[in-house]
Amino acid sequence: MGFKSYCFKKSLWLFHFGGASCNNCDIEILDCLTPRYDLERFGMLLVGSIRHADVLLVNGSINKKDKPRLLEIYEQAPKPVLVVAIGACGCTGGIFAEGNTFAGPVDKIIPVDVYIPGCPPKPEAILAGIVKLLGKN
Amino acid sequence: MVLNELQKTFAKEILDSEARSERRVTLRIDPAALIPISVHLFRELGFRFIIASALHTKKGFEIYYHYSYDSTGLVLNLHVILDQKKPEIESLSNMFEATNWIEREMHELFGINFLNHPNLEQLLSEGNWATGEYPYRKTFKSNEDVQA
Amino acid sequence: MSKQTLIPVGPYHPLQEEPELFKLYCDGEIVKDVKWETGYNHRGIEKLAEKKSYDEVFFLVERICGICSTSHPFAFANSVEEIVGVEITNRAKYIRTIIGELERIHSHLLWVGLAGHFLGYNTVFMWAWKYREPVLDLFEMITGNRNSYAMFKVGGVRRDIENQKIPAIEGVLSLVKKKTDLLVGAIMDDPVIHARTKGVGVLTRQDILDFAAVGPTARASGVDIDVRRDDPYAAYPLVNWKVITAEAGDVFAKAEVRLLEMYESISIIEQCLSGLKKEKEGDVDVKVKHIPEGYGTGRTEAPRGEVFHFVVSDGSNSPARHKIRAPSYTNIATFKKSCVGQSISDATISLAAVDPCYCCTERLAVAIDRQSGHRIMNAKEIISHSASITDKLLQHE
Repeated sequence: MGFKSYCFKKSLWLFHFGGASCNNCDIEILDCLTPRYDLERFGMLLVGSIRHADVLLVNGSINKKDKPRLLEIYEQAPKPVLVVAIGACGCTGGIFAEGNTFAGPVDKIIPVDVYIPGCPPKPEAILAGIVKLLGKN
Repeated sequence: MVLNELQKTFAKEILDSEARSERRVTLRIDPAALIPISVHLFRELGFRFIIASALHTKKGFEIYYHYSYDSTGLVLNLHVILDQKKPEIESLSNMFEATNWIEREMHELFGINFLNHPNLEQLLSEGNWATGEYPYRKTFKSNEDVQA
Repeated sequence: MSKQTLIPVGPYHPLQEEPELFKLYCDGEIVKDVKWETGYNHRGIEKLAEKKSYDEVFFLVERICGICSTSHPFAFANSVEEIVGVEITNRAKYIRTIIGELERIHSHLLWVGLAGHFLGYNTVFMWAWKYREPVLDLFEMITGNRNSYAMFKVGGVRRDIENQKIPAIEGVLSLVKKKTDLLVGAIMDDPVIHARTKGVGVLTRQDILDFAAVGPTARASGVDIDVRRDDPYAAYPLVNWKVITAEAGDVFAKAEVRLLEMYESISIIEQCLSGLKKEKEGDVDVKVKHIPEGYGTGRTEAPRGEVFHFVVSDGSNSPARHKIRAPSYTNIATFKKSCVGQSISDATISLAAVDPCYCCTERLAVAIDRQSGHRIMNAKEIISHSASITDKLLQHE
């Protein structure tokens, strides 16, 4: 067992960073935690501080005001940390990529481990993405 | 009707009027008369301020102040045309809370100056564009435009 | 002046899914002033709209906000149709209304859940979101997606609701109604919720008029405005329903208005469904070939209040100017009135009570820093103060 897989052996705790998003992905992430999908049965929790988290979920296009904050949060994260880019905006910038405040998709700013495309991705897709993330390590 | 009364009271200040339908009326007014007309609409007649839209066109900077008269569903647009070189107009924010943000927004994006605004600081979305540049003017070039 | 503490809420706060920075200036437990700083969600949508064709703008405005993702296309369609002067078919009107009202149900359920969450009452959160799922299933059945429905176009809707689907929709609706009964009963009778929300975050009638607040926020303070009735569009003149108002103006009144509105929405949808049966199938689209020069205003009543779109056309393929006003834009300003003077623990629910939607508000950047008697320093003083601290630190090294 490598160091990384040792770190992610137990329940993952998630931290959610919503960039300049339209709220759809945010809501679908929250939806994963509610009774129908119930991510918490795997011990996965949405936590209040990045310092407690194993996974950083990023959604939304990142604008120039968000960019320094995202970098800061990434630096504060205990390493190793897994980064998941959620939604079309998180993966590529989506429909907002042409905007004059757009600062680049997530993977131009911080390294990304898993991309979950969709506008918005269904909760099932988000769950599948996180399961793949577990299998990857 | 409300509109007839308004046109009588401000016969001189209203330069032009256009009624698209019963519920959509635009009045072009003298920018100097914006405050008395707005106060009359808001205080006397009970109109609700919706929003103001600024435009940058060949005529200069145009602002539409949208008011709603909820009992008849009327949307009244007060249309002012400002100078191309030096766009400025009196601020309404000393009278109404509701116009505070939108005037700041127009100031930020179009560079229209609102005189006597209580707080027209350049508290812009930091980092989103350079100070002194107005991204919603037609002359604005984004980075990609410049590169292309 | 007594000593004040700054408590920041956000920008990436566990309570809020969206980035937003509230600065609460507190004296002990009491909030003395509130400021909010934004721009974290600014995407420049009004500017983007000028680069896109009228057909594409629908997909763009849909993504202003994921929760009210019909209201914006709806208002945009209204304003463009006003420029063109086209009247859409009755079937399209019914379909638009059904989508709009389904959205109101899901949005209000979402709000109820989040309000419970803000109160620290997670049972309500889980319940409300569980019962929201059937509504999303309906959306998936009708439009093909749970959110961002892509149903609207100039002159009608993109997809028809086939008559054979109607019984299934009615079935889900009756289920939703039953669950709403349960939820409304549980919330209205709950002594904890009463204790936490009654008399909290009160907005008077005059506050609403001053801030020009709209939607349930206004209706909970006895200001009887609703665009659906005042400036009717789509199928609202064709069905019977009533505007819900309350007088108290506190958080509980706002919850009450929203909960009772869900029943009205269900009744509107049922009437629209029976209206659909009378119309010819597939007759949902009027061809619009050219958008002439001119301007149009479109209004819709979103779950949070009035959405206003102002479109200027120069006769070309894309809007020359597209101004969007979302309801939260005026509603958020009322925080100044509703939070100040209360304890910190009530501040979050007072903030949540207007159902603030930052992504709607910030399709344009707004930064707020209003002068008030409670201010400790102005911006320049803060900057010079922090500069002096930095200098001191440097000297120590």
